[in-house]
Amino acid sequence: MRSENPIQQALTWLNDPLNWTNPGGILDRLGEHLWISAAAVALGCVVAWPIGMWLGHAGRGGSLVVLISNLTLAIPTIALLTILPLTFLGFGKPPVVVALAVFAVPPLLANAYTGVRSIDPEARDAARGMGLSGWQVLGRVELPLAVPYLAAGFRTASVQVVATAALASFVNGGGLGQIISAGFGLGISVGGGQILAGGFLVALLAMLVEAVLAVVERVVTPKPLRKARGRAARRAAVATGSA
Amino acid sequence: MSFRLALQESPGNPWFSWRYVQDNSDTILAALREHAILTAEAMLIATAVAVPLAVVAYWYRPLTGPILALSGVLYTIPSLALLAFVAPYVGTTNPGSVLIALVLYALLLIVRNSLAGLNQVPPEARDAAQGMGYGRWGRLFRIDLPLALPGIVTGLRLATVSTVALVTVGALIGHGGLGDLILTGFRNNFYKAEILTGAVLCVVLALVLDLLLAMAGRLLTPWSRRAVR
Repeated sequence: MRSENPIQQALTWLNDPLNWTNPGGILDRLGEHLWISAAAVALGCVVAWPIGMWLGHAGRGGSLVVLISNLTLAIPTIALLTILPLTFLGFGKPPVVVALAVFAVPPLLANAYTGVRSIDPEARDAARGMGLSGWQVLGRVELPLAVPYLAAGFRTASVQVVATAALASFVNGGGLGQIISAGFGLGISVGGGQILAGGFLVALLAMLVEAVLAVVERVVTPKPLRKARGRAARRAAVATGSA
Repeated sequence: MSFRLALQESPGNPWFSWRYVQDNSDTILAALREHAILTAEAMLIATAVAVPLAVVAYWYRPLTGPILALSGVLYTIPSLALLAFVAPYVGTTNPGSVLIALVLYALLLIVRNSLAGLNQVPPEARDAAQGMGYGRWGRLFRIDLPLALPGIVTGLRLATVSTVALVTVGALIGHGGLGDLILTGFRNNFYKAEILTGAVLCVVLALVLDLLLAMAGRLLTPWSRRAVR
């Protein structure tokens, strides 16, 4: 049936300008994908950063952070994506954003917690000795010193959300995954190229986000902290599984 | 975007119903079986590939970077995209497509944690083994791997839990185990009981397998019991 191999089909599909500009084409889907992902990461940050930093500041809840990471690892994305629209959130984008935000929370939380925990106690003592209150220590000493960790968590969470957002297509939630799902719907002989092209676009986007945020992470990390932090963040990532 | 009043609390669509479970026990068990088998196969293959990779990275330091980078790239690729890459070649209705995607995805977690475990082997233990005349392979099987077991088990546990969750993605091609239940329920007029049964069983399966692996790890490393806080 097929005259060309899937890669050629994919190139042909990508080469058709209408596949880019049509309603529901690549550009539409890309916009949806980025919008959903950005909203989910933002929501995750709003929830996870204050809690993680506060737990780190108070020095409690380390086991809670690990528990949350392990639990979310066990929850299938598809379960949340299908369950949330049937709750008070209703259909459309909000349940998708919330579902993705749930998976953004563990890396954000773990890194915020580790970031504040791993600050040299002497810096904290010095701030206390200078007469800063608990909140001032958190805001003026711990927050700035934790920025590299926050950036690392942001990167991990963002890449993961962008990757997971592809699954929104299972519930017709939009995004680039929609292209893959539509391809599978067409069947292999017709849709093979489209499946491959969609997969390529999703993977490319995830890698791009990873690369861009790696640069951002480097820029916001003060020079003396760069090497030590890289090692520490990797440890934190191992501890949480960061998936 | 907004609330759909028609779907709220319609009495005929509860979140859980024993009746559904009883009437469909065959389907549910079949889905659970497929899920467990896919997970087991994926984990066996991934372990068989990842642990030797970790050993290679441990023996030949210059290869550590490339091996971690390669598995990292595979891990960054979204699961759906991996499935999309594999399916056109293996077949869109072939469970093998799901299996390959799962294996590729599980590699990183096992490689990274196994390598961390191997790197934590105390240098004194290695020196002592060398002094006792162990060769490279003897040391690997008698000293390095047993001492790295906690790290390896951690990797296996993380990989297993995330694999169980990931199998559901296979629902896209009809081989997602419990994911099939979830997605069928959603497509079948939002049949809540079916969705929730699939989701809950999925989480339970992940937790049970995690517990079993943790127990196996404890049994295999009796010497570390006191060391682990």
